[in-house]
Amino acid sequence: MDELRKKATELLQSGDVQMVIGYEKGTKGPRPCFISVPEEAHKLIFDEQCTGNLAVYLTHKDLIAGQKVAITASYFALRSILRLFTENQLQADRLVVLTVSVDKQLIVFTAVDDIAAYLQSAPVPKREDDAALIARLEAISREERWAFWTEELSKCFKCYACRAACPMCYCNKCIVEENRPQWIQPWASTLANVEWHINRAMHMTGRCSDCGACGAACPLGLPIHLLTRRIVQEVQENFGIGANEAVQKDNVLSTFKPEDKENFIR
Amino acid sequence: MSEFEPKIVAFVCNWCTYAGADLTGTSRMKYASNVKIVRFPCTGRIDFMLLLKAFAEGADGIIVSGCHPNDCHYTSGNFHARRRWVVFRGLLDFMGIDVKRIQFSWVSAAEGAKWAEIVNSTVAAIRELGPYIEYRKAADYLAQQEKEVFNG
Amino acid sequence: MMEKRYISLISLKRWLEKLNNDGKHIYAPVHKGEKIDFGRISSTDEISFDHVQTTQSAKSVAFPRTEVLFSYEKEKHNVRLGNPASDSIPESVVFGLHPCDAAGFDPLSAIFNWDYKDELYNARKEHTTLVSISCTKSDEYCFCTSVNGGPGNTTGSDILLTPVEEGFLAEILTEKGETLMKADETCFEPDRGSVKEDYLVKLPKKFDLKTVQQRLNSAFESPVWKAQSQRCIGCGACAFVCPTCACFDIQEDAHGDKGKRLRCWDSCGFTLFTQHTSGHNPRETQSQRWRQRLLHKFSYMPDRLSVVGCTGCGRCSRACPVDMNLLEHLISLNN
Repeated sequence: MDELRKKATELLQSGDVQMVIGYEKGTKGPRPCFISVPEEAHKLIFDEQCTGNLAVYLTHKDLIAGQKVAITASYFALRSILRLFTENQLQADRLVVLTVSVDKQLIVFTAVDDIAAYLQSAPVPKREDDAALIARLEAISREERWAFWTEELSKCFKCYACRAACPMCYCNKCIVEENRPQWIQPWASTLANVEWHINRAMHMTGRCSDCGACGAACPLGLPIHLLTRRIVQEVQENFGIGANEAVQKDNVLSTFKPEDKENFIR
Repeated sequence: MSEFEPKIVAFVCNWCTYAGADLTGTSRMKYASNVKIVRFPCTGRIDFMLLLKAFAEGADGIIVSGCHPNDCHYTSGNFHARRRWVVFRGLLDFMGIDVKRIQFSWVSAAEGAKWAEIVNSTVAAIRELGPYIEYRKAADYLAQQEKEVFNG
Repeated sequence: MMEKRYISLISLKRWLEKLNNDGKHIYAPVHKGEKIDFGRISSTDEISFDHVQTTQSAKSVAFPRTEVLFSYEKEKHNVRLGNPASDSIPESVVFGLHPCDAAGFDPLSAIFNWDYKDELYNARKEHTTLVSISCTKSDEYCFCTSVNGGPGNTTGSDILLTPVEEGFLAEILTEKGETLMKADETCFEPDRGSVKEDYLVKLPKKFDLKTVQQRLNSAFESPVWKAQSQRCIGCGACAFVCPTCACFDIQEDAHGDKGKRLRCWDSCGFTLFTQHTSGHNPRETQSQRWRQRLLHKFSYMPDRLSVVGCTGCGRCSRACPVDMNLLEHLISLNN
């Protein structure tokens, strides 16, 4: 972390960047912070407790305000950053990407390809918190799965924290805000909630970094990140495209192979 | 034997399956009349949300059908559709939605007999499965108004 | 008209069961996954007594997250309208809410009655009795004492229970509370003379409300809003869990010739909240929206409705995905 703080100080002092997006100590755990003067760089922290996905701020135009920024990115945030580059939402010369490797080395990426290379070589962080729930979902019947998801999603009150926390949800007008026609009912009720979450997951196809920020952001503790994780798995299992590859390629649903396989079409 | 008559909605492409269904008719083939057909220019145009809307509005089963791969009138629409269906179906199954109620098929303009067969077998399968009440229950929030006061 | 009684835990459960059997809908804090939140109970075993605070407030009982305003059906050239029957609102009891939640109904009722008497809200509130429990513990997010509240505050409650040895000191505060107690008065024994303050958690004031309000009056153009709101991601979590937030959107569930007009929760934190059809948005940056939230609760509401729009429950800060921590911001305004 000292190296990180030194680097941040240096970047700000030299005027190379005008803002560093990172984490600071919050009330119960790390929270996002935005350092604009070198004197505050000491606030920066970066460890396994730093959850969420800071890449979400890169498309906040009021925050970025045309400045060149540096960002401390976790493994999953790096994936999101790659995807944002692929979708032309970022300019390489307006962004400095930093990460801290598993063996505590500060890495400063100089080219977008370097991020891709790092993702291939570095280990994907394990997330064991959901193991029990996933195992349970795999063991139960279809009817029980429906009962589980309708039970959970009936609690959702459409605060859209999941959408707000996701770096990929940067649409100026979200589908749920479209009312001619109204695709998805914006109010909270079981089916309206199911439709919203299915829709959001589908819109993540080939773009999701599997960071779980959506589930972490949910104030009601709903395991919605399992839905987006499922999408990542479907893409891997059916098209042979892993998350690291998917974020760099053209959209998985806008492309195809004539030999794509399926076993359910007669 | 119950009198349940399944309601099936079919999302089909204009150039192949719709034409195929026309052929079924002009060939005077009799087949189950439970299907309401919605015509699209191409399967590539079928938004996955429409399938969910069909279930919410009372469909017990769905057929989605278009041109065979490599025969799409717009060259690649059905390839895009196929990718979409693969992911969508996987997600639905994970959430416990009964994907056995959605029949996907490739039916060309010359396959009048195949269309009849697809419809008949789908209707029979849905008749077995019964009405898709569990989905509609989630849609009717008025019945849940009481639950909804303090959500879920 | 306040009366003090004592009720043992066992009798309390017996009384709640009687109310349940009488057909009242009882809502209490229950486990929902990893969270504790209000839910309808059928057995007193489901009730959680052990938590500091529930995830959501109790406002849903009078202001549910989705509510039908009226229904319509077209028949040839006529339209048939249907109003939700106010006699279909069940008699409800919310049990186990804390004083900050009960107090939250004051600003809520003020908003729903200031220029138009909201019949649905009033009807639901009328049919609801609030049986609150005083706080014996708090956490770092609580600040009720800084906003004219307190762990044993009686504002808004019909009955307030304070945990004492093996039971509760019961303050029967209103006629509604008295009527509810009489459903089985045998459960309530004479007051044992417990001193309420001995059992309440001690929560020192964390800022001075008057000072904060004074600062706010001259802070409209201050750069503090931009600095404070940088990490806000613009979701509705804080507004939805807040006991006093009342903003709603009007929507329609239309199905061809028939449908329902309904209202659902909305949040001033959403970008679209103030978007005009012309495309102009008077609050187009998150800092403007954050400023609005604070000024609304601590400045505009006290000015116009004579009630502070915050009860210090701390839920907004607990629910916030990026730790916006309202208390922290108020303290910094104070200093």
